[in-house]
This record gives sequence, structure tokens and C-alpha cells, in this order.
Amino acid sequence: MPAVALRQQAGWVVWIAAALVLLLMVLVPLAWLALSSFQDPTTGALTLRNYVSTFSKRIYLEPVLNSFKLAVAVATIAVLVGTPLAWVVSRTDMPCRRLIRPLVLAAFVTPSFLGANAWIFLAAPNSGWLNRIWLALFGGEHGPFNVFSLQGAIFVIALYSIPYTFTLVSGTLELMSSELEDAATTLGSSTWRTTWQVTLPLALPAILSGFLLSFLEALELFGPPAFLLIPARQQVMTTQLYLFFSQFPPQIEVAAAYAMPLLLVTICLLFVQRRILGRRRFVTVTGKGGVRRQTRLGPWRWPALGLALIPAALSVILPYGALLLVSLEHVWGKGPFAPGNLTGYWYRWAIFDNATTRQAIEHSLEYSAGAATLAVVVATLVAYMVVRRMVPLTSLLGFTAMAPFVVPGIVLAIGFFAAYSHPPILLYGTAGILIAAYATRFLPIAFSNASGILRGINVDLENAARTLGAGRIHTLLSITVPLLRTGLLSGWLLVFIPALRELSASVFLFTPRTQVVTTVIFDFSDAGNYEAVSTMGVLMMLITFLIVVAAYRFIGREVTRAR
Amino acid sequence: MDSIDLEVRDGEVMALLGPSGCGKTTTLQLLAGFLAPDAGEIRVGGRPVSSPRSVVPPERRNMSLIFQSYAVWPHKTVHENVAFGLRVRKLPRHEIRERVVRILDTVRLDLLADRYPDELSGGQQQRVALARALVVEPEILLLDEPLSNLDANLREEMRFEIRRLHDATGITMVYVTHDQGEAMVIADRVAVMNHGRLEQVAPPEEVYERPTTKFVASFIGRTNVLAYEPSRLEVAQAPVGRGNHVVCIRPHEVLLEKPANDRCNRLVGRIVRIVYLGEARDLEVELDSGERLRILAPPSTRRRLGEQVEVFLPVQSCRVVSE
Repeated sequence: MPAVALRQQAGWVVWIAAALVLLLMVLVPLAWLALSSFQDPTTGALTLRNYVSTFSKRIYLEPVLNSFKLAVAVATIAVLVGTPLAWVVSRTDMPCRRLIRPLVLAAFVTPSFLGANAWIFLAAPNSGWLNRIWLALFGGEHGPFNVFSLQGAIFVIALYSIPYTFTLVSGTLELMSSELEDAATTLGSSTWRTTWQVTLPLALPAILSGFLLSFLEALELFGPPAFLLIPARQQVMTTQLYLFFSQFPPQIEVAAAYAMPLLLVTICLLFVQRRILGRRRFVTVTGKGGVRRQTRLGPWRWPALGLALIPAALSVILPYGALLLVSLEHVWGKGPFAPGNLTGYWYRWAIFDNATTRQAIEHSLEYSAGAATLAVVVATLVAYMVVRRMVPLTSLLGFTAMAPFVVPGIVLAIGFFAAYSHPPILLYGTAGILIAAYATRFLPIAFSNASGILRGINVDLENAARTLGAGRIHTLLSITVPLLRTGLLSGWLLVFIPALRELSASVFLFTPRTQVVTTVIFDFSDAGNYEAVSTMGVLMMLITFLIVVAAYRFIGREVTRAR
Repeated sequence: MDSIDLEVRDGEVMALLGPSGCGKTTTLQLLAGFLAPDAGEIRVGGRPVSSPRSVVPPERRNMSLIFQSYAVWPHKTVHENVAFGLRVRKLPRHEIRERVVRILDTVRLDLLADRYPDELSGGQQQRVALARALVVEPEILLLDEPLSNLDANLREEMRFEIRRLHDATGITMVYVTHDQGEAMVIADRVAVMNHGRLEQVAPPEEVYERPTTKFVASFIGRTNVLAYEPSRLEVAQAPVGRGNHVVCIRPHEVLLEKPANDRCNRLVGRIVRIVYLGEARDLEVELDSGERLRILAPPSTRRRLGEQVEVFLPVQSCRVVSE
């Protein structure tokens, strides 16, 4: 029995408008991207030349190979480190294991490009501190570490991918009942053998999932490769796209052709990942808890802790230490022990003296707030249409809202540029294009959040209002939204925070008048002004932290006050 | 839903009675305008409100609906909940306050007007829902199993309360329930539904005394079902119409002693179960034909398990119904 047709309900304009905006945000840029890849740059005629010229030249094929090497290496390391780490934290009696999670969380929330910059301070050839310490201790010509290399990029990206695999695998291990392992033990299996042949195989879907996600992440990342590999003149696909783009005039058509395979690979891998997780063979979470006992490590307890702390030290403690220290030095090359070198100069400079940085901070906050608001409004309206089945083909709407999830930031930026850098909708050069790009990039999060909380509201509450005479929009505003208040606020934050730190799309879409914190960091790093880089980086993390704390305080109060 | 043809008279309480999944809630949703029919029409006072091509949306039907979950809004006080419908109709503030106070008085919630729903009991929330629905003076009141979330005592009390409210306001009510006791108390007419179809529509007494189908006979009160063989059993009225028929008789109508006056059918069987209930003795007798008869006998009955007995089925109580 069909629900009452949309066109017969009052306020249908709002819903049509929401769907239209969704289209403009998601489908139009992607369509333009696909179209551009087939267009001749001068005539606009359809052609395959772009594809042929990019993929037949060796110079353009090398980045593809590098991307692949990078992704495989990163994913392997992430799994090889993340899995044992998850195991010792979730299933053993290692001491201080509760400490590991917050440290992993800290790595999780650190943008990898910031970590890459911090590692420049630590491992740049000659001037990096680790190299200098090594030279001081052991003498010699050159320090052993060079972060400006493919190996350096692999190392840094892997450090910040470990939290993904850790979280996925520990999630599965936490829920696994000990009975499965007990069954092996009673048959005479040693701890080692049990872990190897029972526990880990059952965690295989999570491990594979982690591998795929890390692989994808490494493929799509722009920040660390940009900071570490461009100076080394080694390209990966994302930096190559940047090079196409930063020529004058920007080679959009070629970039689009180069980007399409990246997009397709991403879609395929995510599809595969879903299939893996969907296999019922590995279901161990049966709802009937069962006892979860810890494996005793015996004499291995403390060595295990030592090993477990290494990823955290490398991804959190050392980098943040370096960032903080460099930001407090007047000239970072002189080192922290040079007299008079420790100062708050750069902070004063960034916040008060330098107009560019000050504006960038303001812009970051404004654009992110605008993007969060846009994303939440569109996501909520679309989620409402989907959850309440207001139109036919709601799954298509939901799919469109989730589509940006599979699109790498750069590819989305190219699409936005292709679509909105000319009439009828000219957004390039304004704040609008950045706001729209951020909103689109993080729309899937806002949409999932909104769908989730909408599903939690009993539809009877809304139907009651309608039988009393309130139309759909009136009901939405006076009944649904007040009940959604806290959830919507969380949704807003879920877009605001990542938008503050967004790099890959920003770099492609900003202009001198619309700089944000991340593009400023990018420029400073390019110029070698590392003091400014670290200062802006620390400020960015500080602002994020303060906003999150304030928001949780506020939400906490809302939750206790709300009825 | 299969297809139904139903007429509800002005001012009456029509109960839609049936087991889960029989289509009664769907019928209510169609009436309220949340669903559109695939075929057919719904008319109110002669005006069509629903048809496959067009449906008047719920907000314009002037039908209030009481939900099984009450759907009382947690972020509004009792007063605000009840006032909502009047605010939508843009009535002047003083009139809203007057009417809300009056209806809260009627449902005896006047002292709780400023409370929030999470401070109220289930029964009180139920009354908020009633007040909210009635204060807008709708043409029709729809109720979807409103009492199923209450405990037994409260349910009984609320049955009478709802009936009282109806008699006081004269409003037309369509009441959906799976509880036949409720339907018997509240309704002027009962529409028994099964698998999306209407089995019988009649006042409670008729539905109980003169069921027309086996389903109705067994759904309303308990009943025994016997094969219809005119040679074996004499019945009150010969069946009309084609199709299979069976004979129904209620457990308390089957006798173990031959009554003086009534004409009876006599059957023989063996007692396979006997239970003392206090109010009665519950026996199950297996007849020679293999069929089993459930009998509610007076508590003073003395019989033993396994005993051969005669059972007497008064002809008047043997009703023929279609299968």
C-alpha cells in the first residue's frame, strides 16, 4: 500500500529543494569530473586523448606504481603492528593496557599531515633532531634517517593508519568469547598455537578490513606525500594530480582522466571490504557473551608493554613534542638549547601580527561552521525523507548522500572545480566553494548520524501531531527537531571538526583571499618556514581540542536538561 | 489486506477485533490517511477522503488517533501536549486554556497539568493521549489497541472510562483491539477480522450467540468444533448457503446429565482430562469419532479420569457455521 503521495502534502517545496541541493553537492561535481576526463582541453569535444596521454607516458605511470607500493607497504605495516597491539590490549593481562587506548585515540585524531611535518623536524637529513643526536653520539657524515623519501612516507602514513587496524581488530577480539579458545586449550593446544590457529583466524575479517581501509587511506592521502615526497621529487597519484592542477592554466581534463581510475579502485575496494564483512562464516558475536578471560603473559608482560608503547611514542609523543618545541623556538635550526631561542614569538606572530595567519584562522572557523550547518540541514532533511519513506526510490537518495564517502578528497575537489569554476554557478574564488566542498566531503557522516537518530524516534510521535492538524513541516519543527537536538549537535561537530583540518580539497580550491589554516601550513612548509608550520599546527589542534571540550560540556548539560 | 466493506454509523463505537496480523491496524492507518488504498474508496459523511488516486492527508481529516504507545511528547508538559491541536488551529489563548483545563478535569488529570510525561504512570499517559485527542472535538476518534500496555486492573478500569467518555461526547469511535473482552464491553458493534477480511459485523451479543463462521465462534469465547453430520447431530437451524459447515457449541453448554426440558443430542465418550478450577470443573472428553469436547461443568461434578460418560448437547446450542 503506497504512502500518501508527496505532492499532496503541504510544504513539498522544502523536500524538493533539499533533494536538489543534494544533487548539486554530489552528483553534479562527479558528473563534471567524468565529463571533463573525456573532453579536449581546447575544443571541448569528446575524446579519449586525456586517458591515452596520461597513461602511456612513463613519467605519469611511475606515480601509479609508487602509490601502489606505498599503499601495500602501509597496509601491511598497519596490520602487522595493529593486530598484535590489539591482541595484547584486548586479550592479555599486559600491565597499563588501559593506557594504550587513549594513546591510540590521540594518534587517531592527529591529522597525518601534521605528523608528517613533525617527522620532518625529527628526521630531515642533517637538520632533523634524531639525525643530529645520532651524529653527536656516533659521529659520521650523515644521519641514517631521511624522511623525505618513499620509505619515510610509508613510515609516517603507517604510523597514523595503525589506529584503524587496532580499533577494528580489538573490537572483534573484545567480543570473542573465551570459550572458543578454551575448546582448543582443552585439546592440548599451547597459548601460542591457540592464538595463531583459533583467535587470529576468527579475527580475520577485521584484519582484512583493516588492511583494505589502510590501503585505501594510503592511496587517497595527499598531505604526507605532499610534504614528504614532492621535495624528494617522487610522485604518487595524489601529488601528480596536484602537479597537473597547479600548472597555469590548470590541466583539468588531464587531471580528471588521471583521477577516474583512482575513484574506480576506491569504489571496488570498498565493495570488496563490504563483502568480506558480510560473510557469516566468521560470526563469533552471538550475543550470548560468554566468559572473556585474559591470556597470561607471564615473563613477557613488561617487554610487551615496552613494545606496545613504541607506536604511541612514534605517532604521538615524539611528534607532539617536536611540534611544541619547534613552535617555541625562534629559529628551529639552532635547537632548543641555544640561548634565547625559546620564546612565544611565533604564537604572537600568528595570532596578532600576521594578517594572513589571523585571517586563515578566522576563515577556518567560519567555513567549517558554514559547512557543518549546510551538511546537517541537508543531511537531516534527506535522512528524514529516507527514514520516513516519503518518496519512492528512497534508497537512491540515501546512496547519493553516502556517495562522497568513496570519493578521495582530491578527486572531489577536481570535480568541484570542473563544475563550479564557470557559469551558471560560479563558486571558485569564493568561500562558497570551500564550504560546499567540505559539506559534501563530510555529508556521509552527517547523513549516517541523522538517519540513526531519526530511526530512534518513534514515528507515532510525529503521526500524533499530524492527526491533530500539523502538516509535515510543522511537525518536523515542533516535534522532531526538539527531540533531535542533542543528536543534531553531535552531527554538527562531526562535520565541523574534520572540516577544520581538511587539507586535500582545500589545497585545490583555495585562493589567496580564502586561505584556511591547512593551506597556510601547506604554504609555509613549502617555503621551509617550519616554525610557522609547527605554530599553526599546534594552534589548530588546540582550537579543535577546546571546541570539543566545550561542546561536550554543553551536550552533557543538554542531555540532563532535555526531557 | 484482502478487501473489506464496512460502514460505521454516526455516533457508534465500532470495534475492529482480530488476532495479530489480521489487518486491523492497517485499516486504521488507511482511515487516518497515512496509507493510500490500492483500490476502493473511503468516505466520511458521504465525502470521499481516500481513493487510489488521491488521499486527504491526516492533518486535514479532523480524525484524532490514540496510539498504542500513547505517543505523548516527552519534551512538552501535559498542558502543552493537550494544547497542541488547539494551537495548530490558531484558537485564541484564553479559549485554549479554558478547553484544556476542562478536558483535563474530565479525564481527572487537572492536578498534573504541569508535569512532564516521564513523571506520569502508564495510565496517566493514556489519559493525556485521550485528552489531547478529544479536546479538538474531532469528527471521528480512532483508537489503536490503546489499553494493551496497561496492567489488567487498569485495563478494566479504562475500558469503562473510555465508554463513559464516548457516552458523554457522542463521538464516533473506531476501536482496534485483539482482546475480545474489551470489544464486548466497549463496542456497539464488533467487526471480526481475519487475514485481511471481515468475518462478521454485528453487536456483541449476536457475535457471541450467533457466530456465522468457525473463526468467529472460536475467537469470541471458547468453543468446541464438531463435524457437521445431520445424521449424528440435530442442530438448531439448518445451514444456508454452500461451502463446508461445522457445528459449534460452547464448553459450558455441554451437559453431563440429561436436562429435563430441552431436546438433546446424545454422544458417548471417555474422559481424558479433568481439572478443578474452583469456579468450574474443566473436562476434556474424547468421543468415539475421535473428536474432543471441552466441557465446563459445575464444580460439584464427580467424575474420574478414564471414565466412560454420556454427553448431552442441547439442540438449541448446536450452531452451524461456515468453515
